[in-house]
Amino acid sequence: MGKTVLMQGNEACVEGAIAAGMRFYAGYPITPSTEIAENSAVRLPQVGGKFIQMEDEISSMAAVIGASAAGVKAMTASSGPGFSLKQENLGYACIAEIPCVIVDVQRSGPSTGLPTSPSQADVMQSRWGTHGDHPMIVISPSSVRETYDLAIRCFNLAEKYRTPVIFLMDEIVGHLREGIEIPDPKSLEIINRPVRRYAKQNGLPYHVEEGKFVPEMLPFGQGQRYHITGLAHNESGFPTNDNKEAGKLFRRLLDKIEKNRDDIVQVEQAMCEDADTVVVCFGGTARAAITAVKQAREKGIKAGMFRPITIWPFPEKELEELSKKVKRIVVAEHNDGQILLEVQRVVKDNCEVDFIGRIDGSVMTPREILTKIEGAK
Amino acid sequence: MSAKASKQNKKMEIRLAGSGGQGIILATIILAEAAIEAGKYTAQSQSYGPEARGGMCKAEVLIDEEPIGYTKVENPTFLMALTQQSLEKYAKTVDKDCVILVDSSLTVPDYLDPNQVTKAPILETAIKGVGKAFTANIVAVAAINALLGLVEYKDLKTAVLSHVPKGTEEINEKALKLGAEIIKNNK
Repeated sequence: MGKTVLMQGNEACVEGAIAAGMRFYAGYPITPSTEIAENSAVRLPQVGGKFIQMEDEISSMAAVIGASAAGVKAMTASSGPGFSLKQENLGYACIAEIPCVIVDVQRSGPSTGLPTSPSQADVMQSRWGTHGDHPMIVISPSSVRETYDLAIRCFNLAEKYRTPVIFLMDEIVGHLREGIEIPDPKSLEIINRPVRRYAKQNGLPYHVEEGKFVPEMLPFGQGQRYHITGLAHNESGFPTNDNKEAGKLFRRLLDKIEKNRDDIVQVEQAMCEDADTVVVCFGGTARAAITAVKQAREKGIKAGMFRPITIWPFPEKELEELSKKVKRIVVAEHNDGQILLEVQRVVKDNCEVDFIGRIDGSVMTPREILTKIEGAK
Repeated sequence: MSAKASKQNKKMEIRLAGSGGQGIILATIILAEAAIEAGKYTAQSQSYGPEARGGMCKAEVLIDEEPIGYTKVENPTFLMALTQQSLEKYAKTVDKDCVILVDSSLTVPDYLDPNQVTKAPILETAIKGVGKAFTANIVAVAAINALLGLVEYKDLKTAVLSHVPKGTEEINEKALKLGAEIIKNNK
């Protein structure tokens, strides 16, 4: 551990990404994610990496996929309007199994909305923004230090499962500055994609060994030719219309995340052991929620906080267990009820589910959440 | 200034308000860095409109002995306003314990207790004393520190000098010195 330094969430995202091995960034700057592009532009050349400001978000996403296919860990960042544009190529990364990290620092409203104001309304877009049944890993940080750590985790999961990972930040954390101690690089666990030589796979670049879910990757440009496509493909990498082959691919893409959910899903449970009322929240909202929970405890109310760190896959198992022990869940989020839908689906009639949301671009206060916690006993 | 003494070891919730381009955000970053130098916990944030200059700007910094949960100001212990518009917007949200610093050019609303308000010539000191209008935020940072006794002068100076462009160290040190003096002269 070194000296404590004041760092912004967006800056910590870049530092974490570089520590994880990011050596390529392509993007088109947009508030409130701009500092991620700015810092990447400064930092990447210092570590032998490349930064490109592309003409738009569509090409940024394409450049990231290209860089990663060539064996370089790559990231792009945007906010709502740009995240919408990235969706098409995001689906390509899913089906072609190209590891990459896409940061969405959420801002308020549809379209260009409120550019500088916080929001958390891209929860469903992060899961279903690109079309078709597809796997998706989405992770959300609630502090500057956690932004650093989870940026590394995003890369690790992307590499391990050969899949795009979305780092779902919000303006509250992205633009927050806090003191953080940067960990010793030697103490970090860094995962690199499984790499295999072409010859070993019987000429099949998408061949997956029995009992495994992830094909080992051949970096493009290193002497082996093969085909990458957004069409359904068989193990040769070439397109197929065969239902059996297509079904096998689509099933495997979903299974590689679903069957490994215990490795992927992380939650924080604070003061939940004896709690009657639990606030479910994620990202920057957790800072108001944990403060409200502590204030409730001071008043003798048994409150707790349940925070999905992994948003998708949604931590169904953990929440269902908790919902059998508590009387009431209060979902708090800066949108009109997106995580709420998942909570209701999982909790069913196990306990009461209440909601506090925010859609006007302002930040929810602990007082408001406390009032909701106190609302019914 | 009785409010100041009673708040010394508690969480400080500092809100600075003014106009975009006045350096309000940098002022809070400097205060946050000085707080870290002094071994305290801090959280700094801001809110502003899409325009780069001229819009209303609010920046906040929390300083505490303990790790910080909620990262925004909920009950300001200190408010500084550099424009009339921002003073009128944020003065309404403070209670009687909040220490308020305003630029001398502003008119203090009647509903504020005169005992909680300090008027200081922050903008004038930057323009005439230092000779550079853009040092207003550094004058302000020094004035805030003198008023609240947040950190030692050396920690503040370290934080300021790590942010100013090369070649401006001297005028920024002058701004720091004069900023502290306008508070002392007020007492």
